[in-house]
Amino acid sequence: MDLSNLTACELVQQISNGDLTATDCVEHFLDRIKNQDGSLNSFISTSDSAIQRAQEIDQRRASGKPVGPLAGLPIAIKDGICTAGQTTTAGSKMLENFVPPFDATVVNKLTDADAIVIGKTNMDEFAMGSSTETSHFNVTKNPWNDERVPGGSSGGSSACVAADLVPVSIGSDTGGSIRQPASFCGITGLKPTYGRVSRYGLIAFASSLDQIGPMTRTAADNAMVMSVISGHDSKDSTSAKKDVPDFSQSLDKPLKGIRIGICREHFEEGLDSQIEKSVKATISVLENLGAQTTDINLPHSQYAVATYYVVAPCEASSNLARYDGVRYTHRETANDLEQMYCQSRAEGFGDEVKKRIMLGTYALSSGYYDAYYLKASKVRRMIKQDYDQAFEKVDLILGPTTPTTAFKIGEHSKDALAMYLADIYTVSANLAGVPAISIPCGISDEGLPIGMQLQARSFDECSLLQAAHQFQTETDWHQRRPQR
Amino acid sequence: MSSAEDRSKVDFDQATIVIGLEVHVQLDTQSKLFCGCSTEFGAPPNTQTCAVCTGMPGSLPVINKEALKLAIKTGLALNCDIARSTKWDRKNYFYPDLPKGYQISQFDQPICGEGYLDISSAKGEFEPCRVRLERAHLEEDAGKSIHDESNQGGKSKIDLNRTGTPLLEIVTKPDMRSPAEAKAFLSELKLILNYIAVSDCNMQQGSLRCDGNINLHIDMDGEKIATPIVEIKNLNSFRAAERSLTYEAKRQFSSWQKTGDTIDDAPKQTRGWNDAEQVTTISREKELSADYRYFPDPDLIAVTTSEEEITAIENQIGLLPAQWRKTLMEEHKLKPNDAEVIVGQGRGVIDYFVEVASGCGDSRIASNWIGQEVLRHLNESTIEIDQYSVTADQMTDLLKQVVGGELDQTRAKEVLNEMVDSKIEVQSAMDKLGIKPVDSSELDSLCQQLIDENPDVAKQIQDGNTKAVGMLIGKARKINPNANPGVVKDKILKSLGG
Repeated sequence: MDLSNLTACELVQQISNGDLTATDCVEHFLDRIKNQDGSLNSFISTSDSAIQRAQEIDQRRASGKPVGPLAGLPIAIKDGICTAGQTTTAGSKMLENFVPPFDATVVNKLTDADAIVIGKTNMDEFAMGSSTETSHFNVTKNPWNDERVPGGSSGGSSACVAADLVPVSIGSDTGGSIRQPASFCGITGLKPTYGRVSRYGLIAFASSLDQIGPMTRTAADNAMVMSVISGHDSKDSTSAKKDVPDFSQSLDKPLKGIRIGICREHFEEGLDSQIEKSVKATISVLENLGAQTTDINLPHSQYAVATYYVVAPCEASSNLARYDGVRYTHRETANDLEQMYCQSRAEGFGDEVKKRIMLGTYALSSGYYDAYYLKASKVRRMIKQDYDQAFEKVDLILGPTTPTTAFKIGEHSKDALAMYLADIYTVSANLAGVPAISIPCGISDEGLPIGMQLQARSFDECSLLQAAHQFQTETDWHQRRPQR
Repeated sequence: MSSAEDRSKVDFDQATIVIGLEVHVQLDTQSKLFCGCSTEFGAPPNTQTCAVCTGMPGSLPVINKEALKLAIKTGLALNCDIARSTKWDRKNYFYPDLPKGYQISQFDQPICGEGYLDISSAKGEFEPCRVRLERAHLEEDAGKSIHDESNQGGKSKIDLNRTGTPLLEIVTKPDMRSPAEAKAFLSELKLILNYIAVSDCNMQQGSLRCDGNINLHIDMDGEKIATPIVEIKNLNSFRAAERSLTYEAKRQFSSWQKTGDTIDDAPKQTRGWNDAEQVTTISREKELSADYRYFPDPDLIAVTTSEEEITAIENQIGLLPAQWRKTLMEEHKLKPNDAEVIVGQGRGVIDYFVEVASGCGDSRIASNWIGQEVLRHLNESTIEIDQYSVTADQMTDLLKQVVGGELDQTRAKEVLNEMVDSKIEVQSAMDKLGIKPVDSSELDSLCQQLIDENPDVAKQIQDGNTKAVGMLIGKARKINPNANPGVVKDKILKSLGG
């Protein structure tokens, strides 16, 4: 039995049946990481205690004691999410040696469910990027083509799942950072509704946009993890006091009666023709499954990228002020305090981060606040209203996840705007707070995965996962694996 | 601009002093504003900290509802509009004792809006007036930087125990017209905060901190000239506030006479009060025009407060100092000064007074004894009324005997001192001092004895010099300390036909 061919649901089932021990499972994936990740570079660190945790769970099972719903399932965690006692770098030199004294709530919930944190994945520095190229710990390669980026910022988390180094990873999504790399690597990535999953322990990039979510091979795997990590957290005031459904339960419901809106603005200029073809081809699949489709508009989506690149840097400029060299951060020696601040930040942060800090500081400054931050906040409300209106007519919104397939490493290094446009279809969901999922729906002529995005009403992840699962029962795009 | 010669002819009393205050009040909560750490003062450095108040990556703030409640209570006591919805903003600046690089504060929707506080002077230093309040908002305190002051290049240290302690910043309008008014405002504010039990107002420990803004409006040939505004930082006692503002008004006046600089010529200046030299000095910090880049804190949600919650808080406030002054004067018939002495001591002393006054049946005697003896004891041992060993019950017992004439004031004071010194009750103290009632026939024979032994004095009294009886009273007490002087006097005068 090759464990790499099993989904997370199947692995959990096998361990629960006693057909597989947690220890064997963890050892298998640790071996794969050891043998394959040298060229891929999807991990920044691996856990020293994973095997011990697996043995504990096996012993607990053997002695007839209860185990959690994810017992023995190895999970990789994006390195911007705090793990107690294990280095958490956020992809930055600034936090190269930062060992958090606490676990993020999402990590707590996963380990409470007896999942096993197997390692920490590479990412764009402080989640700022769409390619994992801004990481201080070198670029992660796309498993489908090692000249290509895996997307970002959760590029390590998408690459390791696509390469079968781990069945499930956890990413975070501020403007598309789960969905865009999921699309580039041919996996299933969900950005939940803002407030659905606690942000406590997620190193903040842009607090009003950041959201943690699962990155998996299948929608069913995603639903299983979502049921564990969702829910209100008294440590995160912005987490929603909403009941958490069993996301797996509604997967098999037929799509009959579900109304799907095709977002016209997402099929305009700039979209790769192969992606357009693949995404349009999904419409008939979904219709055959019983869904009704209709065209809809999100008229303000053309302003989404501009709005995002005001709001996100503003929040980031403040969130990253704490990295001043005084406490846990990288510190340069200098003659006086101001110099120490300047040099620590100059050395500790990479260029993309510094650029965004400057953008945000500028946009919040006296005299510019109204023209930038305030205006962007107003446009953000209009984008949200677009969604409210659209969801009066439809239950889901369908479109491409990205305008292109995975681009080449270095391709956009001189052209920030081209890089920023990689998020053109994904940022709106963050600005509006709605949930969105990317699932594989094709392979390009160059052999690169193509992803489609579904968006839903706030807190209706059930419909997203249901549609994604139904689609995956009719298609096999999600089962395609890179040749390595 | 006016000429120096013209300016030299202007008198200081042609200048109106304009003062506004910013007061930081540390709210008396168990835990910090956005985390569960203790706020207790005096713990070893950096022992009352956690991931949240040290700004660890990934940590998030959660509002302490008790702090919000105390802020609303203060706002209500200061006649402020209470915001039904309030939000949090980040004030961004770098400082080593500010771990997040920003302070969570309130920018455009403070919990307390406009209000006012009426002040007056029992000594008549100024006419009663109203100081309007601009706002009062909640914010988290920064940590404490401890610098090596030996000038030997020692390291600066940072203590984050204070980081995140809830502060209410109360901002007045520029309504005060003299340093005396400013001092009166501060002491009345402190009294109110004490009455409603929202802060311990310990100025030494920094629970109450004050900055003053001051300038002059000078009337020169019918033209109003405003001098540059100066902010005096960290006035850490009422006396320092009054003195520094007095100094600063004079300094500004003579500076204006020299330079003629008006508010339009010079930016706002920050100065510090040097208590040793009794002068204000310009602060060494760079005069950057601070741009705090305020924006809504995305980690916190807006807080709404219902009418019911506000009413419930309002019901906990009780009588405020101004109302107590009225009650003491009208119901207990105290003179304004005596009422002020009691009210000025805080809620505890008022409760003590009310209990003793109604128990012993004489408010004036209760007021005199508390205003003099009790306060002297409290001051001498620097304790609060709730730590005073003589309870209101025992004081009532003692004063009942004074009111009833069984104990004279002098003996009663000896009894009280004994009660305090030996921590015993009234009767034990009296026993210890050998005080016991003297019966009437015993006193009769004592008086007769005195008259017989002092014929000269008796003659003087008979001749109409009744004051001479004092000499006999003194002798009576030497023979029997328990003899009540009033009764002795009456008996002697009576038997001598005075």
